[in-house]
Amino acid sequence: MSTQVNVEALPVSPPAASRRRAPRWWRAVLAIRHSTTATVGVAIVLVWVVLAVLAPLLAPYAPNVTDLAALAHTTPSRAHWLGTDHLGRDIASRILWGARPVLEIAPLAVLGATALGSLLGLAAGYKRGWLDLAVTRACDIVLSFPVIILYMIILTHFGSSAWNIIGVLTLTKAPIIARIVRGLTLDLREREYVAAAKMRGESTLYIMLVEILPNARGPLIVDMCLRTGYNIIIIGVLGFLGIGLPPPDPDWGGMVKDTYGMMMVWPHMALFPCAAISSLVVGFNLLAVGLRELGGRD
Amino acid sequence: MARFAVKHLVFLLLTLFVVSFLVFALNEFSPGDVARKELGAYATQDQVEALTKRLGLDRPLLVRYVEYMGKAAVGDLGTSARYKAPVLTVIVKHLANTALLAALAFACIVPLSMVLGIAAGMRESSRLDRAILLFSTVMASIPEFALGVFLVSVFVVWLGWLPGTATLAAGGGWSVGAQLVLPVAVIVLFDAGYVISMIRASMVEVMQRPYIRTAVLKGMPFHRVIFRHAARNAMINPITVILLQINYLVAGVVVVETVFAYPGFGRMMLEAALFKDIALVEAGALVAVGLAVVTNILGDVAYMVLDPRIRA
Repeated sequence: MSTQVNVEALPVSPPAASRRRAPRWWRAVLAIRHSTTATVGVAIVLVWVVLAVLAPLLAPYAPNVTDLAALAHTTPSRAHWLGTDHLGRDIASRILWGARPVLEIAPLAVLGATALGSLLGLAAGYKRGWLDLAVTRACDIVLSFPVIILYMIILTHFGSSAWNIIGVLTLTKAPIIARIVRGLTLDLREREYVAAAKMRGESTLYIMLVEILPNARGPLIVDMCLRTGYNIIIIGVLGFLGIGLPPPDPDWGGMVKDTYGMMMVWPHMALFPCAAISSLVVGFNLLAVGLRELGGRD
Repeated sequence: MARFAVKHLVFLLLTLFVVSFLVFALNEFSPGDVARKELGAYATQDQVEALTKRLGLDRPLLVRYVEYMGKAAVGDLGTSARYKAPVLTVIVKHLANTALLAALAFACIVPLSMVLGIAAGMRESSRLDRAILLFSTVMASIPEFALGVFLVSVFVVWLGWLPGTATLAAGGGWSVGAQLVLPVAVIVLFDAGYVISMIRASMVEVMQRPYIRTAVLKGMPFHRVIFRHAARNAMINPITVILLQINYLVAGVVVVETVFAYPGFGRMMLEAALFKDIALVEAGALVAVGLAVVTNILGDVAYMVLDPRIRA
């Protein structure tokens, strides 16, 4: 490649370099850098993902090991950077390990809710008729109920496990996705390319999944980021209320529940996990706000 | 309009029945369960079966549900195993406490989020808008328990200005007023973040309408454009959101109530669920759904009052 070409090409259209051969999805990811808000959000989320993946290497102690000697001085020290909790367990290690269940459950539940909600919304918006009515009404029923009470009733009844939490989050979040997708589908089904696909004799499923769904992805992706943030909050809240992931494995909400009664003496025990969960949710929500800005600019 | 109202009312009543039936079924589907919970783990199978028979729990689910709803309609909700008192009394007491908390929070959330939402949305992407957007995003991102821990560590542990619990008992030298400050602050900060962003989005949309441009171009002062033309129209969509917050404020503040040991409805439901106090769980769920139905109706009515186009 000659330098002459480069010099000539750059001033004419700066983004030309990224448009060269990069795949489309990668260019979409790169577009995030045009929004400071989204960039900060992505950075925060990525930091947590890296910390969670590398937890076995980074964590100075095993998450459930108690250090009885440390109980004399639970506050942050050189041996325990963030101090230990009331049982002498290293808080930094527990926060690192605790990032794992959160970052597994929240996105899985979002994927589940998006898959279920998209199918319901597509079917309701494309087929209309009684199906539309049934789906819309069912969604309204789930959405009108104060979900936290629903979680309490369901999780205390069936017991709390990672899969049960994913299940209730999927079921209670799917109606929101369904409502969004249905609204988008009502608009998209009237487009020419859908009519063209019908003329070609494509199946209903093909039209819904290949023609309509990809064109609804913008608002859907923004909402998935928001949903992930809210799911993380709910996972934390469930842990805090004592109906979340079962102990003793570290769970941020549960860590706060165990130690906030000792706030007057050792506030650090509850403060660090609170800071961890807050920063992760802020990351996802900033990403969502930034993506929405980018979407509005097109 | 009458048709609209009737259709909606029917649907909302349907919601009430469907949800309460689901909760009822979840708790009482296997009849042995109720008697087993009543008698405890050490009762023999014979005793469980005898009680099941005596309480009529061996009859079909639907029959028992209709009977339950019939009794509920005249105010007989059974006895709470956890509080050893009639369910109705227990619920009324806790609901009243939560209503106090909710009313105070609501009285702060509405003006705060209207002012900030309208201020942010009137000039999209201005410095003020970006600051308010960032503030509301961050506030809505911090879980209530974390917000509670942050505020407690500053105002209770560090400064010692306020009490860390709000049991409503006048103990520990703190007045009830002082006890309520932190719980209300947590709810307001968390919830206002969401409401602000809704009002802002609506305001941004209204500001792009042709009638706003006309008002600006004909030389109307900006503040009059905002107050006369934009603000009212910008509040039409968020008003339903705002009214639905009542729903959240009464049934959803379980976390704040737990943080501050506040004797409210949410914490009562949590304890009832953990204690397997079936009568209280069922009645509480009924109250929560009923409340959701009422706030939905309120939302629709407010929407019609503000937007004359729907009345046709």
